[in-house]
Amino acid sequence: MNSHILRALVIAGLAAFPVAALADSPGAGGERKSDMQSGAEVYRHVCQACHMADGKGGKGAAVIPALAGNPKLAISAYPAGVVLNGFGAMPWFNGTLSPEQIANVINYVRTHFGNSYADTLSADDVKAMAGPVPHVTH
Amino acid sequence: MASQTRRQLLTALGLAGGTAALYQAMTVMGHAADSRFSGPPALSGARKGSKVLVLGAGLAGMLAAYELRKAGYSVRILEYQDRPGGRNWTLRGGDRVVEMGTPVQKVEFSPGNYINPGPWRIPYHHRALLHYCKQFGVALEPFIQLNYNAFVQSAEAFGGKPMRYRDVACDFTGVVAELLAKSIDGHTLDQELTPDDRAQLKEAMRGWGLLDENLRYTSSVHTSTRRGWEKRPGGGPDGAPVPSHLLDRHELFKPGMWQSLAFFMNYEMQTTMFQPVGGVDMIGKGFARQVADLITMHARVTRIAQDPHGVRVTWEHTASGKVSEETADWCVCTIPLSVLSQIDVQVAPAMKAAIGAVPYTSHIKMGLEFKRRFWEQDDDIYGGISFTSGEISQVSYPSYGYHSSGPGVLLGAYTKNMAGLDIAGMSPAERIETGLAQGSVLHPQYRKEFSNGASVAWSRIPWSLGCCAIWSEESRRQHYRTLTEMDGRIVLAGEHASYLGCWQEGAILSSLDAITRLHKRAQEA
Ligand SMILES: Cc1cc2nc3c(=O)[nH]c(=O)nc-3n(C[C@H](O)[C@H](O)[C@H](O)COP(=O)(O)OP(=O)(O)OC[C@H]3O[C@@H](n4cnc5c(N)ncnc54)[C@H](O)[C@@H]3O)c2cc1C
Ligand code: HEC
Repeated sequence: MNSHILRALVIAGLAAFPVAALADSPGAGGERKSDMQSGAEVYRHVCQACHMADGKGGKGAAVIPALAGNPKLAISAYPAGVVLNGFGAMPWFNGTLSPEQIANVINYVRTHFGNSYADTLSADDVKAMAGPVPHVTH
Repeated sequence: MASQTRRQLLTALGLAGGTAALYQAMTVMGHAADSRFSGPPALSGARKGSKVLVLGAGLAGMLAAYELRKAGYSVRILEYQDRPGGRNWTLRGGDRVVEMGTPVQKVEFSPGNYINPGPWRIPYHHRALLHYCKQFGVALEPFIQLNYNAFVQSAEAFGGKPMRYRDVACDFTGVVAELLAKSIDGHTLDQELTPDDRAQLKEAMRGWGLLDENLRYTSSVHTSTRRGWEKRPGGGPDGAPVPSHLLDRHELFKPGMWQSLAFFMNYEMQTTMFQPVGGVDMIGKGFARQVADLITMHARVTRIAQDPHGVRVTWEHTASGKVSEETADWCVCTIPLSVLSQIDVQVAPAMKAAIGAVPYTSHIKMGLEFKRRFWEQDDDIYGGISFTSGEISQVSYPSYGYHSSGPGVLLGAYTKNMAGLDIAGMSPAERIETGLAQGSVLHPQYRKEFSNGASVAWSRIPWSLGCCAIWSEESRRQHYRTLTEMDGRIVLAGEHASYLGCWQEGAILSSLDAITRLHKRAQEA
């Protein structure tokens, strides 16, 4: 396997356990190509699953917090840390999304959904914050 | 031990100590060694009036309640939903899927058809679950796991054309056998193998891989006895079979091909595999029959407090909004960590950190109903799984109702990771459209035969906010033990508190372990 394909697999989060399954699982196939560029794209294909298209989150036995008008986005390191490391039910995206993708999506949510923060986060900022990627076992 | 004496000893033990003792002895002797389950716990003699509050009426919670009541405790269960069973859940015509932020979906399947949006299969070695299925009268039938005639499809191989699993498996084996035989002949393995090994392995490769006398894997009557025929054997003068052609071996090495073969080799995925007759929720219903009188539904737990004398749980009625408090001596909490991490729980800081350190997967399942069972009628596929590199990941055919002429429901998607998130973000109609577009690659009949469908995005399910706990090597090391230990008067149980995550067996083993320790602690207190 050439290193290009290998890297693509690592980024898709597949490399750790391509077929080994401890949990009930669909198996190895059916991955989404990780080719999203803009923050809007990352939001739509990833964050929207939980935080909703309008950024308003949801409420059931627990809460998916709104990102719309969320004052905790004021300091960009906070959402960046949440996306890198996960938070409660929300999984970590360190190693699944690239630093560029994370920076783009943070900049996107901080300037949409009623948020308007002028400062931006760079991929290098995200890289500097990222620790080692955990090894999923289930 | 001579087999006769061993049998006698086992019989004697069985008579003296009941099945649990027999089972334990068998385990020691090397039978049944692959289970942690040595019979139901024999708890008894709870202190009179001692009370346990169980949070959550999934399998872990209901089993805890069942066994603890038997042991003499007074038990009550608080459950958020209006249905016991938790993730053990089946969707039939008339049911509704309520997700956060998604328009409510009404399931329109015809009578008799169903989809299991969560658990759906039970490996033969999940002994604890099988034990309780038997005890609670839950009928099981085979779940067709591996089907040689199902499809394997990858955009990266064979120009995206679906291949039959049988052809891929047979040719992959044949090609690997041929290469290994060649390398033995080329003396590349002389270091690793004795001359005897080499001779035997070469013979093995010839037989295992169906190689010809020159150790080559070729299209022939011989190989077609395994991979099937271009023209099958028939009767009469022209009945002679015509051998099938082999697949391009270079395409076989693509990941999408061998991964589907390796999938079925997983210990947890090996046959025999079972499913409950009529839908997986027959298990939840079987459990609920034992403890229905103990369950309070519509109860959203919002706070779990404790002091040296007891626990105090605050809950809100989801319909009326009325807030109540319930006290007890002990608490078994089976609320998924995805939810529990947002509840005010009075436990030690290390336990609190553990509760917050476990994110959840976001699988999607989709049920599609078609006017006829074309996968059986046109494609000779009866149950089993086809794999695809599309986001839907797989199509699984119903392991019930074969040959019926009415409409059939298949599992049109079972996706994970980024693909699961992508589909979760779509509207119900967009999800179904994705399922139809990607499934058509396997079955061109899809569009013409489609009738209706429904999907479940687990990350939006209000009472679980995800499918199952995600543990990493790091979090297991740092948090797992703390999470499972008793904290004062509270013990956690459920799928997340086991090493058999995302299996009902894990929920059950965790529950049995937790209540056994709780009972011991209560006896000592
Ligand atoms: C897509 C998918 C596929 C799976 N496949 C399989 C399979 O093939 N085979 C298999 O054996 N297992 C499978 N599993 C795993 C299986 O479903 C779980 O391991 C098991 O059902 C978990 O049981 P539990 O009792 O631990 O949790 P749950 O069943 O989740 O029970 C927890 C209960 O707590 C309730 N609750 C939540 N919050 C509150 C609150 N605040 N107050 C009160 N109550 C609350 C919930 O409503 C729920 O009823 C699968 C799971 C999923 C999601
Ligand atoms: C699988 C569901 C899921 C996905 C996908 C997801 N989140 Fe979250 N997110 C959550 C949940 C649940 C919480 C709240 C956790 C808690 O409070 O315990 C959360 C919390 C957050 C917070 C903290 C908010 C606060 O008020 O403290 C931020 C910021 C956030 N998410 C951003 C994102 C971004 C950006 C993405 C996309 C890259 C994303 N999330 C993807 C479920 C998700």
